Amino acid sequence: MRLRLEPRTETARWVALATPLLAAGLTLVFGIILFTALGYDPGRALNSFFVKPIENVYGLTELAVKATPLLLCALGLAVGFRGGVWNIGAEGQLTVGAIAAGGLALAFNGDEPFWLLPAMVVAGAAGGALWAAIPAFLRVRFNTNEILTSLMLTYVAVQILGYLVHGPWRNPQGFNFPQTRDFGEGAVIPLLMEGTRLHWGTVLAALAVPAAWLLMDKSYLGFQIRVTGMAPRAAAYAGYPVGRIVWAGFIAGGAMAGLAGMMEAAGPIGKLQPVISPGYGFAAIIVAFLGRLNAFGILFASLLVALLYLGGEMAQIDLKVPPAVTGVFQGLLLFFLLGSDFLARYRVKVERRAAA
Amino acid sequence: MDLTEIIVILVATLRAGTPLVLAALGELVTEKSGVLNLGVEGMMLVGAVAAIITTLGTGSYALGALAGTLAGVAMALVFALLTLSLRANQVAAGLALTIFGLGVSAFLGLGFRDRPLAGLKPLAVSGLSDIPIVGPLLFGHDIFVYLSLAIFAAVSWFLARSRGGLVLRAVGEAPEAAHALGHNVLAVRYAATAFGGAMAGLAGAYLTLVYTPMWADQMTAGRGWIALALVVFATWKPGRVLLGAYLFGGVTIAQLHLQAQGVAVSSHILATLPYVATILVLVLIARDATRIKLNAPAALGKPFDPGR
Repeated sequence: MRLRLEPRTETARWVALATPLLAAGLTLVFGIILFTALGYDPGRALNSFFVKPIENVYGLTELAVKATPLLLCALGLAVGFRGGVWNIGAEGQLTVGAIAAGGLALAFNGDEPFWLLPAMVVAGAAGGALWAAIPAFLRVRFNTNEILTSLMLTYVAVQILGYLVHGPWRNPQGFNFPQTRDFGEGAVIPLLMEGTRLHWGTVLAALAVPAAWLLMDKSYLGFQIRVTGMAPRAAAYAGYPVGRIVWAGFIAGGAMAGLAGMMEAAGPIGKLQPVISPGYGFAAIIVAFLGRLNAFGILFASLLVALLYLGGEMAQIDLKVPPAVTGVFQGLLLFFLLGSDFLARYRVKVERRAAA
Repeated sequence: MDLTEIIVILVATLRAGTPLVLAALGELVTEKSGVLNLGVEGMMLVGAVAAIITTLGTGSYALGALAGTLAGVAMALVFALLTLSLRANQVAAGLALTIFGLGVSAFLGLGFRDRPLAGLKPLAVSGLSDIPIVGPLLFGHDIFVYLSLAIFAAVSWFLARSRGGLVLRAVGEAPEAAHALGHNVLAVRYAATAFGGAMAGLAGAYLTLVYTPMWADQMTAGRGWIALALVVFATWKPGRVLLGAYLFGGVTIAQLHLQAQGVAVSSHILATLPYVATILVLVLIARDATRIKLNAPAALGKPFDPGR
């Protein structure tokens, strides 16, 4: 008896949906083993990781607060990933979005005009798009590898933010802490629910889901992007403008990440500081894949990965589990997803040796 | 700037370039077999943390270096399992490896963040190291520097002159043909990927055991990605990897010297130099598209299915 692999000619819809669930399940099993091996009570650990953070309304709003930047970044990245455009610098684009919006907020600090907040939204998206335009331009014009350039620019963006909050933008009354003044009231996104941190940005992010779906699944550009990603040579024969697809992927990714940065700075944080995002831009890569590069799938995936962030914080308080365990789970989730994708592409057949 | 200062800078440049030499040579061999592993940064971090934990526990630098190397191999094998056996997308799996490495290294290193190590000192060859100029330049380095040069020589010879190197290149250029000749494509790729992991792990070990003997989260600071860029910059030639790595070492050291001399530019802005330099170098090399096309392994990043 031996196992034989047979490529599937067509992947059934339920298989495509089942593999992310399988990956999440395997991560959970691995988590139980890990916690037990480290000497924690696995039941308690799972409870504080996955149940406790969302057992009340406040927890659920926190989940939405954390899912918002992940959702925005991942939706934008998915546009590029579908077309084989590897923008992995969303973290840097998020940072530049926060800088652009924050600069505007600080310029009008104390005397905020009514149009400031909308202008900050535009500035955030434009800042992120501008930062993403650099690798797009270099790829289209010089054929430079966009993976490396977009990542390098992340380091540059974080240093620029560090320079600003340690230097010219530092709050003069801030006891030398590296942070800017608090944004004025007119530069902070209004709360959706008093007593929580849930803000209107989450609504905007939710509206972005159907918009991204229309762009990716229902528009001609979305079709061109998909063909380019799946069959680059067919796209070339069809005369699709490859350069425009690279641009579309990067501008969408950069603008959405910049928007996420604006919402973090003008939302839960309310100022600029050296760290705007605990790796949302990188985690969004996982979210995009986990959601199968589908807008609605990404919505669910962003909630799951947000839960990993919340669970990490809760487990730290409850069990003194180091928060880095969140990163371990994120990596595992993507590993298991990529591994179980195998089942979506191949049928495993058991056959008798005699038959061969 | 007098002569002794120049020598100090040259020695420091060599040290700063060494982790890049190691990691980039490893990735070069991996890519020559047709596998693109973007997880260098993650493998380096796990190697770095494994090395310092082992050395703190045993007091042995050799065991630390060994642990770092093996940790890099273990990480690379996870990647190989996903991409070679389960045929996952190499770009996605490489990113996953880096994200996983960031998390795992931060997790493992938690209890070791405030425990600095004495750090491996340069060899002091009695008599020889004291010769003016030549002494410090030739005999004043730590053992990793010499090891990296030995590995460079071995990799250059292996790829250009040995039968094994020929098979490796065949697998990277034309896997179907290599398969038809009876070579086991997947086995060669597994081995090349493991070697890349070993070198990345060793590069990480160099950081925590010698270069900055301590552990801090994400202390590789993008060196794994710079190593990946160096392989492209070098158009897959070991000699140019060496050159590029020392060039980048030089940029890092120049930036630190400028900071130390109190140049009126923010340290944050100066710290962007290595990354900006990487981008510039990538642009310059990419403009020469034919050169990249001629030198890049033809099957780079493409999965191979022996059953078909």
